Amino acid sequence: MNARLVNSGPAVSCFAVLLLAALAFPACAADTVPAERRSGYAFMGRETRAIQDDDAANPGMLWVLEGEALWNRKTGPAGRACSDCHGDARASMKGVAARYPAFDKTRAQPVNLEQRINLCRTEQQQAKPLTYESKDLLALTAYVGRQSRGLPIEVADDARTRPFLEAGREAFNRRQGQLDLSCADCHDKRWGKRLAGNPIPQAHPTGYPIYRLEWQGVGSLQRRLRNCLTGIRAQTLDYGAPELVELELFLMSRARGMSFETPAVRP
Amino acid sequence: MARAIVNLPASAKRGEIIEIKALAAHEMETGFRRTQYGALVPRDIITSFVCTYNGVEIFSADFHPAIAANPYLAFSTIATESGTIACKWTGDNGYSLTESVAISVA
Repeated sequence: MNARLVNSGPAVSCFAVLLLAALAFPACAADTVPAERRSGYAFMGRETRAIQDDDAANPGMLWVLEGEALWNRKTGPAGRACSDCHGDARASMKGVAARYPAFDKTRAQPVNLEQRINLCRTEQQQAKPLTYESKDLLALTAYVGRQSRGLPIEVADDARTRPFLEAGREAFNRRQGQLDLSCADCHDKRWGKRLAGNPIPQAHPTGYPIYRLEWQGVGSLQRRLRNCLTGIRAQTLDYGAPELVELELFLMSRARGMSFETPAVRP
Repeated sequence: MARAIVNLPASAKRGEIIEIKALAAHEMETGFRRTQYGALVPRDIITSFVCTYNGVEIFSADFHPAIAANPYLAFSTIATESGTIACKWTGDNGYSLTESVAISVA
C-alpha cells in the first residue's frame, strides 16, 4: 500500500478510496496497527507450522521437559527448588512469562525472564546464576513460558516502565550499523516482503524461547536480537545489556494482546 | 539432556492402525564442522533406532550425519495386543536412550 494509490482517488469509487486509505495507514504509522498484527507463525510454511502445532513433534518440548525437571530439583547451598517456593508451575507461573520484562523495584529497572530466574537463584537459592543461552536457563525459561501458552501478552505500561519502554521504542526506530537500517525499516515498513528469499515478519516476540530450525536448538529473544544487529552490521550488545531489555520491553508492549506461543518453532 | 518424547494412543482397538511419534534430544554433530581455529569437531550422532512391541521389533532405522538435531520419526503399526512399545536410540560415545510407553488394546 503506498501513497500513490490513495492519490489516484478521483478515478476510483469513494468506498475504494476509504478502503485504500485504511490499508495505507499502517505504512505511515510509527507502529504496526493492532488489526494488522501477525505473529511470525503466520509467515511460516505449512510444514513448519505443523511442527509447532504438535507437542509430540515440537522439539522445543524437550527443553520444556528438562525445565520441569530443573523446576523440581533442589539447588544451591539453600537446598531449595523453584517448586519449594512457587509450588506447581502450571498454576503459579500461568501468565507470568507474558508479563515480562517486568519492573524490578530494588534494581529500579525492568528485568527479563532470564534475569528474574537468575535473581531468584542468587537471592533465594544462593546458587550461581546461569549463563545466557545455557541449556539450563533455556530449559527453565521454556518451561515457565510454556505455562503462558494461549494467554495474551500484557507487559506493564505505567509510569515506572514508560521511560524504558520509550527508550526501547527509540532504539527500534533508530538507524544503526553499516547498513544504516532501523528495526522499523524492515519490521514496520517492509514486513511481508522477502529478505534473501525469507519472508520478513513483524517482529512480535510471541513465542520465546523459540526452537529455531536454523539454530538446531532453542534460543532466547536476546539471541535473536543480537542476530539482527549482526545482520545490519551494527555493534552487538552483550547478553543482558539494559538496551536489549528495553528493546524486549518495547517489542512485548508492541505485541500486547497477542497470544503467547512458547515454545514456538521458527525457520 | 538425555530426553525423549514418545507419543502414541493410550488405547486402541485390536487391528487398528496406530501412529507412533518418537522425538529424541540429540545434537547430531556431523563430524564435518570445524571450530574457528580449524580443528575438526568430532562426530557425535545417533546411529540407530529400534522400536519394539512387546519385545518384537516393528521398526528400525539407521541414522547418518545429514540428519538434523533432535531427530523426529513418525511411523505406524497395527495394534495387536496390550503391552509396551519401547523405543531405543543408540549412538556415538556410548549414547543409549530407551523410552517405553504402555498401550492397552481391547
